[in-house]
Amino acid sequence: MPALRSAASGAAWRRRLAGLPILGPGVLFLFVLAVLPVALVTVYAFFERGRFGGVEYNFTLDNFVRLADPLYLGVVLKSILIAGAATGIALLIGYPAALFISRLPKRWRTLALIAVLLPFWTNFLIRTYAWILLLNNAGWINQGLQALGITTEPVAMLYTEPAVVVGLVYMYLPLMILPLYASLSSQDAQLTEAATNLGSSPFRVFRTVTLPLSAPGALTGCIFVFVPAMGNFIIPELIGGGKTVLIGNLIRDQFLKARDWPFGAALALVMTAFLVLLLVLQQRASRAVSEGKTPRKADA
Amino acid sequence: MTYGPDTVSASQPLLQLRSLSHSYGSVQALHGIDLDIAGNEFFALLGPSGCGKSTLLRSIAGFETPAHGEILLDGEPLTALPAHRRPVNMMFQSYALFPHLSVEKNVAYGLEAEGRGKAEVRRRVGEALETIGLTKFAKRRPGQLSGGQRQRVALARAIVKRPRLLLLDEPLSALDRKVRAEMQLELKRLQHEAGMTFVVVTHDQEEAMSMADRVAVLNAGRLEQVDTPVALYAAPRTRFVADFIGTANLLDGTAAAGGILLDNGLVIAADHTLPAGTAATAVVRPEDVALAGAGTGTLSGTVVDTFFLGGTSTVSVQVPGLSAPFTCTVRAVQVPQRGSQVGLVIDAARTVAVEDDRAASRPGAAQETVSS
Amino acid sequence: MSTIAAGRTAGDKNVRRRGARHGRGWHLRVPFWAVIGFLYLPILVVTAMSFNASSNLFSWSGFSLKWYAEIFRSPEILASLGNTLIVAAAAAVLATVLGTLTAVGIHRYTRGGLIRAIAIAPAMLPDLLLAIGLLSLFTLLNFTLGLLSVILAHTVFAMAFVTAIVLARLAQVDPSLEEASRDLGATPARTLLKVTVPQLGPAIISGGLLAFTLSLDEFVIAFFTTSPTVSTLPINIYSMVRFGVSPEINALATMLLGLTVLAVLGTQRLTKIADSL
Repeated sequence: MPALRSAASGAAWRRRLAGLPILGPGVLFLFVLAVLPVALVTVYAFFERGRFGGVEYNFTLDNFVRLADPLYLGVVLKSILIAGAATGIALLIGYPAALFISRLPKRWRTLALIAVLLPFWTNFLIRTYAWILLLNNAGWINQGLQALGITTEPVAMLYTEPAVVVGLVYMYLPLMILPLYASLSSQDAQLTEAATNLGSSPFRVFRTVTLPLSAPGALTGCIFVFVPAMGNFIIPELIGGGKTVLIGNLIRDQFLKARDWPFGAALALVMTAFLVLLLVLQQRASRAVSEGKTPRKADA
Repeated sequence: MTYGPDTVSASQPLLQLRSLSHSYGSVQALHGIDLDIAGNEFFALLGPSGCGKSTLLRSIAGFETPAHGEILLDGEPLTALPAHRRPVNMMFQSYALFPHLSVEKNVAYGLEAEGRGKAEVRRRVGEALETIGLTKFAKRRPGQLSGGQRQRVALARAIVKRPRLLLLDEPLSALDRKVRAEMQLELKRLQHEAGMTFVVVTHDQEEAMSMADRVAVLNAGRLEQVDTPVALYAAPRTRFVADFIGTANLLDGTAAAGGILLDNGLVIAADHTLPAGTAATAVVRPEDVALAGAGTGTLSGTVVDTFFLGGTSTVSVQVPGLSAPFTCTVRAVQVPQRGSQVGLVIDAARTVAVEDDRAASRPGAAQETVSS
Repeated sequence: MSTIAAGRTAGDKNVRRRGARHGRGWHLRVPFWAVIGFLYLPILVVTAMSFNASSNLFSWSGFSLKWYAEIFRSPEILASLGNTLIVAAAAAVLATVLGTLTAVGIHRYTRGGLIRAIAIAPAMLPDLLLAIGLLSLFTLLNFTLGLLSVILAHTVFAMAFVTAIVLARLAQVDPSLEEASRDLGATPARTLLKVTVPQLGPAIISGGLLAFTLSLDEFVIAFFTTSPTVSTLPINIYSMVRFGVSPEINALATMLLGLTVLAVLGTQRLTKIADSL
């Protein structure tokens, strides 16, 4: 019998080895160009900065202590605030749009989705640049306001914090609408019919059935918007005019201007840790919702 | 011990399973299965979902590597052969027709993999399609066929290679009632004509009983009984088999001389060789019970329900001291009124006594008395 | 004629009434069109201004194509366009091959989620983290920054998306298809070629196209992993915008917009064709 056992596990081994030519190249590539870089950033955060840039290999926690400096703490908080504001606004204006699309006839649904996603596929910098044309003192929004007689003097819009928020909303709104749409359109239409049949008004149906069931989609959308908004440094620079310094700008500057890599690495780590924490919470929350929703299937 | 067909015990069985065991992590799926299947047999593996029957089938096909034990085909070990070298073909539960290939390409797939010549492939595919009556649909894609047609294609694709052994995984489960009856006959005919050995996995006892020459009943990774359908029904060897096959009144008690002693003090007469005092169950089929006047018969009770079934009726009788109503089948003309008192005459010669092994093997199993 | 017209308006009214009953009334219609307006207004302004004869970006003074001509006379733009195309093509090919293999490998040979998580991570983590990490790595290894470093960086980034798309498709494919192929005597290689790849065709094509467009547009990672002398188109646009707006950007933007629309429509077409294969 031991001979048979080894024959069987030999076959299992051969099966595992067969995976090597398929998995090997990708895993090696990922290890060198994804795992190693992230590990490097993590390690650098605990070392001193070199005199001429680079890293001096002396262990220190100074980089994290510096984060408590009100100057930097303010930047981190403002980043969270601005990304949060952009996420909230995107959710508010994205939800009705996603709901509308999910209730269109099938043919129009695809078209509406493409219409929403198309701007997202156009170049990020160009879309940012377009807002400069719109928000400028002599720009098209001010021209419109003056032509309509609403204002007489140009309103300063470009290079303000609200402008940065608008830019972020514009940039990531499709990322909010897509998961919202996915969760809304996958809802069983019979659920709303059942709620109506049981005597609920359309608003009550929305509040008690549609809205709670779309919560995981909304959460995913919020993460999709918040994560890139938080690390963005282009919009604060181009639309905020460099006056609004967010954590992304700070990290970029540590690496490319101040040449303080360890501090930049520490900033990036803290930002990533915060975002990963959000991701984990989101996964927990949506799992809780979906497990409460569907009974576990018996094993076949 | 090995279950083998009585008739062919002299010659070598086609397929032999020797102490086959397998587990998924901590879950033991198969416990030392020993089984022989003869050539030209229509064999069924029957059991509830999760009993290990699919694992067994997939081990024979080569998609699972059993942790322990051996599979022999014509006396040659199969275990070390990869799936694509085994002279065994399978009809999948989902049919697994290649959606990107036409019907004829699907059927030709296995022959092309063997490297057969073009002419031979065309001829044999043509024959196979004719056998299943789908010649007209050769150029269609699987997506354009009905469920029954898809099943025929899956069948043709498996038998065109003339395997030593054809494995069928829940072959009829996806079909509606009417098509299922047709396919059942068709499978029997094909097996007969092609002279092939069929091993069917199913959870549907009617399907297994009506098609198979022999049936193996599996429960929780163990073989409960391997027998002909008639023997399984008339002489179940375990409580599980009695419960799983057909409808039975299961009266739990302890073995006593000449029968089973129930908790309420009554004795149900049955021949048995169980040691006195062991937990045992009397198995009484509903058709082996006759109704009699109140006060006569083995048991008596009150009629709680009657179900008219055409030629016969089923009568439910509440017997004091029994946890569930007793079921018996009577000719439709003799149906008593609900609420009336009746006596039950049990045919002792047809009553079977089995050991009540639930406490040992399945702790926490539900206490069912009647099941269909 | 009049009956047809009448019939049509009656039909429209029916549709509208049904729409309102199912919750597609003005309270959703208005926000939807507002969102569309919000998304397209900036794009329309840029497109319109690309045909402006004047170099003043804020007043219209007649139709002209001269800014388009300017683009083709600018050596920097042409050079960066060339770089971008080289990077995107190379990264897309590499990412498609590696991503597809990795997805098939994960699906077939792994149980736990570690390799899957690592493979998808570059798409989920902030691009800035990957950018500074890769810069650190290339510097540590003394790897010369330039086209090759950007190609490698974009490959690892785009590969995550290809892997995710192919994995999603693999989850939908009936696992018994591959088993059926093996059962019918096909070797693992034959199974991969004749069954697995045809099933994955549409996913691989859209993954590859996605990798190409992602690389075409990518700025942050390229910005960190290239040398000052080698710039891609997005990097070039960035420096143009940063040092003051100029009318050529409008023309360049419009051309890129057109390309994007074509690419999106092409993807739709291709996946449709691949689906029908």
